[in-house]
Amino acid sequence: MGQESRAAIRRDAAAMAAYAGAFGASFGAVSVASGLTVWQTMVLSLVMFSGASQFALVGVIGSGGAGLAAVPTALLLGVRNAFYGVPLTRILGRRALSGPRRLVTAQLVIDETTAMAVGHDEEPAQRYAFWATGVLLFLLWNAGTLAGALGGSAIGEPATLGLDAMIPAAFLALLWPRLRTVEGRAVAAGGALVATALIPLVPAGIPVLAAAPIAVVAGLLHRREAAT
Amino acid sequence: MTTVWVAVVVASLGCYALKLAGVSLPASVLERDDVQRVATLLPVAMLAALVAVELFDSAGSLGIDLRLLAGVAAGVVALILRQSFLVVIVVAAATTALLRALT
Repeated sequence: MGQESRAAIRRDAAAMAAYAGAFGASFGAVSVASGLTVWQTMVLSLVMFSGASQFALVGVIGSGGAGLAAVPTALLLGVRNAFYGVPLTRILGRRALSGPRRLVTAQLVIDETTAMAVGHDEEPAQRYAFWATGVLLFLLWNAGTLAGALGGSAIGEPATLGLDAMIPAAFLALLWPRLRTVEGRAVAAGGALVATALIPLVPAGIPVLAAAPIAVVAGLLHRREAAT
Repeated sequence: MTTVWVAVVVASLGCYALKLAGVSLPASVLERDDVQRVATLLPVAMLAALVAVELFDSAGSLGIDLRLLAGVAAGVVALILRQSFLVVIVVAAATTALLRALT
């Protein structure tokens, strides 16, 4: 891998991290607006370090759900990071995953690092993309979160600023690339319908969990169709 | 510790444990086609559900704030115009804020 391709990867990683910094700032503001303290917000960005799960957790707490009802939602949204581990295990090799190094590597397994790594063809470039994106993104995501959380504390009424519109808009943006296929659109519509129908019937947090079986059924049905 | 602290710590450690499990499990399990398919679709169903809840949950009953809906719709227009993530969420927030200021 030449110096030029390393520079190109660093540029992409920096752009990804810059967007994550801004996203982190909006997370910080939304989290504090949802009733979490600055410290709680920072623990989420440092330890959970997974945008969708973090937004889900503060979303459920902010919409009045009992704190513990938010935990399974955040965990279920974090399950996909476990699956990203499969292609990344192959790409990163045994050395990055042996002993204590695995503890550090694991924390950086998220949407963005996975996408950046599999976006390259050769293993050295894939590894470089993973590490460059992971380290830069972790730093800027946390710096952004702190800035947003402190700035958000100064904001009186979040609804006046339309911050509550940011969460659904953010999730739609994350979801957008998956809606290109008919299956993706069907599963998204099914999940949204089930959740909406359950809103008046079950406690906060449950409607989102109830959408999970839709994905399981769709995944298994597809296999049966492919097999026949 | 408050309930919120418990939720923050448990969910954070749990999410980290999931990441660690992913780089620790034998590939033979996670590489199964059906497991991969469900894993790909899970966030699609759940994120869509979360968007629906954010839009239609009014303190535990069905309700809608048209200014919030209009803001998110403006964000969708930005998405269709291939704008960046940041532009999408700023457009959504700004539209909702503007409508709230006017009405």
